[in-house]
Amino acid sequence: MSQATLRVQKISGHAGSVPGEDTQRQYTVAKLVDTTTCIGCKACEVACVEWNDMPFSPTTFDNTYQTMPETRWNYWNLILFNEHEKEDGSLMWLMRKNQCMHCAEPGCLAACPADGAIVQYTNGIVDFQQDKCIGCGYCISGCPFNIPKFNKETKRVYKCTLCTDRVSEGLEPACIKACPTGCLHFGSKEDMLVLAEQRAKQLKDNYNFPNAGVYDPKGVGGTGVIYVLHDATQPELYGGLPSNPTIPLMVKLWKGPLKWLGNVAMVGGLIGLFVHYLRFGPKDRDDAPQEGAKP
Amino acid sequence: MSQPDQILPRGRVLRYAFAERLNHWLAAFSYIYLLLTGLAFWSPWCFWIAAVLGGGQTSRTLHPWIGLVFFTAVMRMYSLWAAQMRSTEADKKWWRSLHHYVRNEDDKMPPAGRYNAGQKALFWSFFYGAILLLLTGIVLWFPESISWNMRWLRYIAVFLHPVAALVTIANFLIHIYMSVFAERGAFGSVIRGDVSLEFAKRYHPGWYDEIVGGRSSAPRK
Repeated sequence: MSQATLRVQKISGHAGSVPGEDTQRQYTVAKLVDTTTCIGCKACEVACVEWNDMPFSPTTFDNTYQTMPETRWNYWNLILFNEHEKEDGSLMWLMRKNQCMHCAEPGCLAACPADGAIVQYTNGIVDFQQDKCIGCGYCISGCPFNIPKFNKETKRVYKCTLCTDRVSEGLEPACIKACPTGCLHFGSKEDMLVLAEQRAKQLKDNYNFPNAGVYDPKGVGGTGVIYVLHDATQPELYGGLPSNPTIPLMVKLWKGPLKWLGNVAMVGGLIGLFVHYLRFGPKDRDDAPQEGAKP
Repeated sequence: MSQPDQILPRGRVLRYAFAERLNHWLAAFSYIYLLLTGLAFWSPWCFWIAAVLGGGQTSRTLHPWIGLVFFTAVMRMYSLWAAQMRSTEADKKWWRSLHHYVRNEDDKMPPAGRYNAGQKALFWSFFYGAILLLLTGIVLWFPESISWNMRWLRYIAVFLHPVAALVTIANFLIHIYMSVFAERGAFGSVIRGDVSLEFAKRYHPGWYDEIVGGRSSAPRK
């Protein structure tokens, strides 16, 4: 992998071709999070803060084990806890490691107006380039997972990089390295899907979880983080994981039809006015020149 | 409105008082800045404009503040002109004769007052446009303050802000075309304030009658 990781296949707010697009095939990388073997130890949270050298962030205690309500600009990896009571009255303690999902079709990138502020590498990692970020926050609106977070002091937006600095050197992301139960895996998307399906089958066949399955939502083209869930029919139970995430409709309308319509209208309007002038000219064209007719 | 002191020497007539002109240019310059930086955020093909105007970050920081200036100027316009911008029966006739207007057949147009129906439409599009741009703009100014449960606000704002902007751009282009190219004398009127009596009679006969009507002596040429 090495430096090749830094080849880019998608660039936000970019006019023209994308250097690196289709010049080289690479494995799409993926993280696999097996929620059924997560014990909520938060080693991944600590490893993330450590590796990315992020400043201390006060935690919020709200009578759960959860560190804070949602991820922050300097807290990219957060385990979401949910005490779920099943229909038979038994309790399930659901834990999901939440972070950027690294969508194949990222809504943040689609919404971003700043050239190169968000890129997608050929290995699928979606990365924010803060030096090019203008702080408009459109990515916050484009994301269906509530991931990009704004820093009021630097006026830039931050999120999980999938440890692109580690991955480019052939290492696994810091969270993966820290996981003590092996519920986190990292590798090619292909391999992770095979592993996830195997685990889901195991859960169905041997552990009485008939609805067990893999979360790899198609609405965003699949994700670079996939989950094994005990109940894949109710992803919302896992800290509000959307069952069918897509780029928000209004963002799609804005970046799609509205943009075309607007551009055609603006350019067409300019041409129309120019042609009108050529054809009809000023309103007093046929008047005899007179004092005061001109400004 | 129809005051004799609007008649100036040498066949000129005052169309825009100083306060009106100053406010017009406050709105105009702030709008042009908003248009340019807005276009930079609108399309990657225009993002270079942000670089020319001091960079993307600067443009993003100033755009909302200049937006407040523009909004204030438009509200001042409302207080200056709203009464004169009410739609009249003659305006409906004017719209029905639009094809004559477009073909420069002004003699076939129903007489317009100080503002013709098109100018009134421009005014109201900017008035309501500015309100919509302000409301959606505030949401876009502080997207991080909109909680996840209220995200629909952001979705509405990212869509309606450019829609409102496009409506004002359409009117803006026509406004520039009419005032700079089509009606000679219009641009000067919003700089120096006055137009010729011929201009007044040609484009705003109702207004002309109002000013000159009460006077016994013929206007000086």
